[in-house]
Amino acid sequence: MTTDATLRTPLYDAHVALGARMVPFAGYDMPVQYPAGILAEHTWTREHAGLFDVSHMGQAFLVGPDHATTAAALEALIPAAIVELAPGRQRYSQLTDADGGILDDLMVSRPTDAPDGTLFLVVNAACKDADYAHIAAALPANVSLRPLDDRALLALQGPEAEAVMVALGAPVAAMKFMDTAPVTVAGLDVHVSRSGYTGEDGFEVSVAAADAPRLWDSLLADPRVKPIGLGARDSLRLEGGLCLYGHDIDTTTSPVEGALEWSIQKRRRVDGGFPGAARVQAELANGPARRRVGLTFDGRQPAREGAEIATKDGRIVGRVTSGGFGPTLQAPVAMGLVETAFAAPGTELDVLVRGKALPARVATLPFVPAGFRR
Amino acid sequence: MKLYTKDHEWVVIEGDTATFGITDHAQSQLGDIVFVEVPEVGKSVDKGGEAAVVESVKAASEVYAPLAGEVIEANTKLADDPGLVNLEPETGGWFAKLKIAAGADTSDLMDEAAYQAFVASL
Repeated sequence: MTTDATLRTPLYDAHVALGARMVPFAGYDMPVQYPAGILAEHTWTREHAGLFDVSHMGQAFLVGPDHATTAAALEALIPAAIVELAPGRQRYSQLTDADGGILDDLMVSRPTDAPDGTLFLVVNAACKDADYAHIAAALPANVSLRPLDDRALLALQGPEAEAVMVALGAPVAAMKFMDTAPVTVAGLDVHVSRSGYTGEDGFEVSVAAADAPRLWDSLLADPRVKPIGLGARDSLRLEGGLCLYGHDIDTTTSPVEGALEWSIQKRRRVDGGFPGAARVQAELANGPARRRVGLTFDGRQPAREGAEIATKDGRIVGRVTSGGFGPTLQAPVAMGLVETAFAAPGTELDVLVRGKALPARVATLPFVPAGFRR
Repeated sequence: MKLYTKDHEWVVIEGDTATFGITDHAQSQLGDIVFVEVPEVGKSVDKGGEAAVVESVKAASEVYAPLAGEVIEANTKLADDPGLVNLEPETGGWFAKLKIAAGADTSDLMDEAAYQAFVASL
């Protein structure tokens, strides 16, 4: 294998057999859509259950002698509170750099079935090698990072996801949003978290790579489940107001500019102790220079990433970081970074697309109400 | 006479009028189309110049004029029903009609057999 070859997930053959259109994404050959198309896949996920292959994402254990030690080691790299994280719970956070910029965003969970001192991380595919190097370089001698290259990750998302999992024998009905648990589904041992990237209720399922095709087929055998590609994953998360790393947030944006301060618990806000804490604390106290906002439009024309955002008198005050057509809303939606003075919901702005000013206004996120089981 | 470009536009030439749109192959590659910006009547377009924009859920794509000319009619139905380009790309989903400029060159356009062979070669 050469380092520049396009990688395949354990489900590559399944995607091809389903007629998926495969595209290179973060070094992997991934399904952007199946024959049904992005609009139909998007709507199916909002109404039933959509099955996604997200095995390109990075999964890793962080292992230390006890929870306090491992959690403290991770807290030195992220602004979330992990020491207090209960077994079977998950938190969203960001790896920050010394300037308070975001190196990646990630999920952190504390497994119930691993030795005390184990945390489970899920990071973005495009960032995983850099993340692993960054984390490993910062760890004390008694904590180690163990990437799990032999696991696949599936996401089952939508209002019928729970019923599908239960029908396959997984006791997940009592799980709440951001709970995690080891369960058996379709006779296979997996780890699930009740979370996802669509704004819907649903599950992410970590499974041994060798078992992934069987799990995929078992889930798809349920008529409530259809395969969903990365195209609809993007439109679903955009309507859900969820950040895409490298677009809505990156090394130039802080968690506060990214409107992610909800993911920084009180102790961390007060005590700091993570890279870039001084900037984050100053922005929490005084407000950031820029702010991630949602944008809705009067017309049907979508605004894409990179489009400039202007005041009604033509001053450029920001740019679109993600934009497209929201199939559930049947209208264009976008997220952008704007100067904080223009970030209040209802603020009237223009978005410049091919020389035309599209009337837009700042909207509260998410665009589509979340279906999470709190 | 129906001809095709390498950029996957089709054009039907009747006298000095040319009706154009995007091919079935093009719409299937773009996927679900959610917005179409057709040219304004009276606009002059150059051969190969930007004449329209189609936007799928994923991305915006430019549509180029297959011939030089002046726009004499645009398909205003596409504003409210952009999905017509997916359903009827080479009939009801036409983009605009041009009054063909004097001396317009069609020599590089393909007939249907040549276009199908071109698509098969991609």
